[in-house]
Amino acid sequence: MKILTGNDLRTGAVIWWDGENWSLYVDNATDVGENGEEILAREEALRRVNVPYIIEAEATEDGIRPAHIKDRVRALGPTVRPDLTLQPKNPEALDWII
Amino acid sequence: MYAYDQYDQQMVDARVAEFRDQARRRLEGKLTEDQFKPLRLMNGLYLQLHAYMLRVAIPYGTLNSRQMTALGDIADKYDRGYGHFTTRQNLQYNWIKLEDAADILADLAKVEMHAIQTSGNCIRNISSDHFAGAAKDELIDPRPYAELLRQWSSFHPEFTYLPRKFKIAVIAAEKDRAAMRLHDIGIQIVEKDGEIGARFYVGGGMGRTPMIAPMIRDFVPLDQLITYSEACLRVYNRYGRRDNKYKARIKILVHELGAEEYTRQVEEEFAHMLDQGVEPPREELERIKPFFADPAFEDGPKTLDRTDPDFALWVKHNTHQHKHDSYVSAVISLKPVGGIPGDATGEQIRIMAQLAKQYSVDELRIMHTQNVVLPHVKIADLYAIWTALGAADLGAPNMDSIEDMIACPGLDYCALANARSIPLAQRISERFDASGKTEKLGELKLKISGCINACGHHHAGHIGILGVDRKGVENYQLSLGGSEAEDVSLAKITGPGFTEDGVIEAVEKVTDLYLNRREGEERFLDTYRRIGMTPFKEALYD
Repeated sequence: MKILTGNDLRTGAVIWWDGENWSLYVDNATDVGENGEEILAREEALRRVNVPYIIEAEATEDGIRPAHIKDRVRALGPTVRPDLTLQPKNPEALDWII
Repeated sequence: MYAYDQYDQQMVDARVAEFRDQARRRLEGKLTEDQFKPLRLMNGLYLQLHAYMLRVAIPYGTLNSRQMTALGDIADKYDRGYGHFTTRQNLQYNWIKLEDAADILADLAKVEMHAIQTSGNCIRNISSDHFAGAAKDELIDPRPYAELLRQWSSFHPEFTYLPRKFKIAVIAAEKDRAAMRLHDIGIQIVEKDGEIGARFYVGGGMGRTPMIAPMIRDFVPLDQLITYSEACLRVYNRYGRRDNKYKARIKILVHELGAEEYTRQVEEEFAHMLDQGVEPPREELERIKPFFADPAFEDGPKTLDRTDPDFALWVKHNTHQHKHDSYVSAVISLKPVGGIPGDATGEQIRIMAQLAKQYSVDELRIMHTQNVVLPHVKIADLYAIWTALGAADLGAPNMDSIEDMIACPGLDYCALANARSIPLAQRISERFDASGKTEKLGELKLKISGCINACGHHHAGHIGILGVDRKGVENYQLSLGGSEAEDVSLAKITGPGFTEDGVIEAVEKVTDLYLNRREGEERFLDTYRRIGMTPFKEALYD
């Protein structure tokens, strides 16, 4: 599947396109098929996202998993600071990145 | 240390106001990211993996307790409670919001700090010896000259859009503690026939094409320092490869022209410039010098009670000989076992500031090895300092050991990285600490980069590790034999790369081989240079 990601303009936070809006959670990402470029152009023009791009991902039993490790780090947070990730009370969540 | 005059403060305040307006326009949608990006980068604001990152300049690594306190406060107020000290003697915040950035710059300006020219293709923060003005082995304090260069290079209209970024280091000792020859320009203050002058090395650097800077002039009179620097820059600005980002650094120009031809062109330019009034008035240097005058050192005890073995170990590793025999420079390690190299919490930053105020003439230095120095500490105060550092988890006795590694932020934070650096650093420090081998290994400089840009200085590590992306999986190349000191050399790759577990095993193997083969007081690097790469390769791959 193809999903869209970027950073929030105001906060810089990593965000994912959920079909209508931008979410902090990769599991909310939606498959944009071949419409990615069109959505990105529109959303960037609306200043709702910063430096957006299309990535490959996989829908798994555990949720949506970006294909590249860099985007998995972006999706969850730094592996060396579990307390600063989106799942601070679940350090084992970091296994998902690797 | 240097204090802003009205011009410095006006420049910085004006830049804050200008950036505030630029950020506002970006947030209101009046500027596109393409328009805004070069403006934010001019103010040290990057967009990294998780958020905006702000890089704050610490000129030649020197700051006072008020400034350090402000850095800690900003970490707590605007970031997530910590900052990261870098290999350029700067500080980075990893979790900055664009809507806060102008306020942070304003807070910095209140304590005579900024983030100007910490990014972009301009002359970056001038770096220097972290023991400058304190070390017994230096000729003079190099920082007045670094400050003069800072003033010359700040907003220099001719050098704001260079072919690529440009880094200058200034030292004044034979011992190189600033990786001087791995800079675009390395300046060593030297004495010749009773006169003080500058020796110029040009065209060094790390990155994807590491090079050691050749010496192009063994002596430039100090009243021509800026003119000669400008001649070096001008030739580069004219002929540097703007067509290819990867060949745009001055090292490529010097290499392609040859040092001799580059030097000829610089000398020609220099001769042309000498009567053009480029050099700042001598009075400006004389105005700067008193800011770096020695504090009033007091005689005191010159020896220590070392009956506490932990204290004795810290003193042995983390203090450096001072020019006054009642003082030392004390190194605060930001490398606790299993910690993140260079990270310090807001509270730790304020504690270091307080210790500087109480015990070190209100001064601190940032080391390019991502530690902090209290430069002027009375020997009599060392035990109290060590006790306070220990209570703040800042007392690791590991300077220049394998646990004192440099590691770039890597794939945990950096948008350019291909692999994580920090977890390797953590695991290696834990492993060597647990096995007790760290002390046996002695001086061993391990440097880890998460990509070819080499912010972790892996080319210059006695042991270097480079993280690469191998079909979407982290892989690590091991290299041996580098040095960024006065015995500068570039490390050589051992062979095929390793997994994360594999490279840690590999570090264990090469250090075991060293312990088996070393003679006398040889460091790892000395043994490597004596026996060569072959035995290490055999230990790793056979």
